[in-house]
Amino acid sequence: MTPEKLDTLATCIAQRLPDLTTQRLADALILHVPVDRLLDTMTLLRDDPELDFTQMIDLAGVHYPERTPPFDVVYQLLSVHKNHRLRVKTGLGEGEAIPSVIGIWSCADWYERETYDLMGILFSGHPDLRRILNDYDFDGHPLRKDFPVVGRYEMRYDEAVGRLVREPVALEIADREPYRRAL
Amino acid sequence: MGLNEQIQEVSREVGERGYLLTSVDTLANWARTSSMWPMTFGLACCAVEMMNAGASRYDLDRFGIVFRGSPRQSDVIIVAGTLTNKMAPALRKLYDQMPEPRWVVSMGSCANGGGYYHYGYSTVRGCDRILPVDVYIPGCPPTAEAFLYGILQLHKKIHRTHTFASGWGENGIRRSAKLTG
Repeated sequence: MTPEKLDTLATCIAQRLPDLTTQRLADALILHVPVDRLLDTMTLLRDDPELDFTQMIDLAGVHYPERTPPFDVVYQLLSVHKNHRLRVKTGLGEGEAIPSVIGIWSCADWYERETYDLMGILFSGHPDLRRILNDYDFDGHPLRKDFPVVGRYEMRYDEAVGRLVREPVALEIADREPYRRAL
Repeated sequence: MGLNEQIQEVSREVGERGYLLTSVDTLANWARTSSMWPMTFGLACCAVEMMNAGASRYDLDRFGIVFRGSPRQSDVIIVAGTLTNKMAPALRKLYDQMPEPRWVVSMGSCANGGGYYHYGYSTVRGCDRILPVDVYIPGCPPTAEAFLYGILQLHKKIHRTHTFASGWGENGIRRSAKLTG
């Protein structure tokens, strides 16, 4: 987005949401929203004719193990008619639930399932919050920084039992430097 | 003996005597290698090279290879791509449903040993942890030529097995057999 366009959007948001903090990057605008204000703010962002964020492009989770709160949920919004974009960030504590935005953008369904699967972030009000990529009985959330990069178990066919068995990973490299640091 | 001499020999035999002499094993192996129907198991980009080998330029039909969607009517399963922990039980189940004799071709680095995803949390580090593999084709992904070469290697392997003749050692495989060109 051009700087002029970002200025217009920033003033527009500041008028309607004066108590929320915004962050300005070279080519993007970030809006920080506390968890308890999320649904109200998102509904306003979608329905206000000047903001008009009718599309949610992406929803993702970020893990900062050394920070409190340790999680961020990031929403990328787009207004097709106004041709502007906004990034919304919400901080979240461990085990804390964030309200689902399915009621505002129905496409959030699978994004929230993916974020739950990989980061272990809970979305309250989601109609079907189960794993989407990993196996349903998978143990842990692999994109958390304290998850071992080689995983916790591996599969092998056992000739004696006649079926696949699950065993703990037997690899030396199980905790490499960046991951050990996060623990 | 070159191919031309072989053909001349065969036509001379048929012309003079009206029949051909061969061993039951040779006949069985000829039949097996002439129509190997692969169970389609494309998992990743390797599958695209496999399709490429099946298309008109390399044309697997020349070898009697016709891709078959059902394990019940397949002779060989080609594991083409990254095998994940989630997919592994399905792969084993399909393999168990195939009638014997059956063969396994592992195609590409991922299927051979985990490849790029060897240290990943969801990858099986080599499909030979799940199935007994006959031929490993290296590459990331292997070219259609490499894939074809792997199939021909499998043909050679089958030609060396002896199912009917006795005294060939365990599993009908002659231990002392030389790899002939």
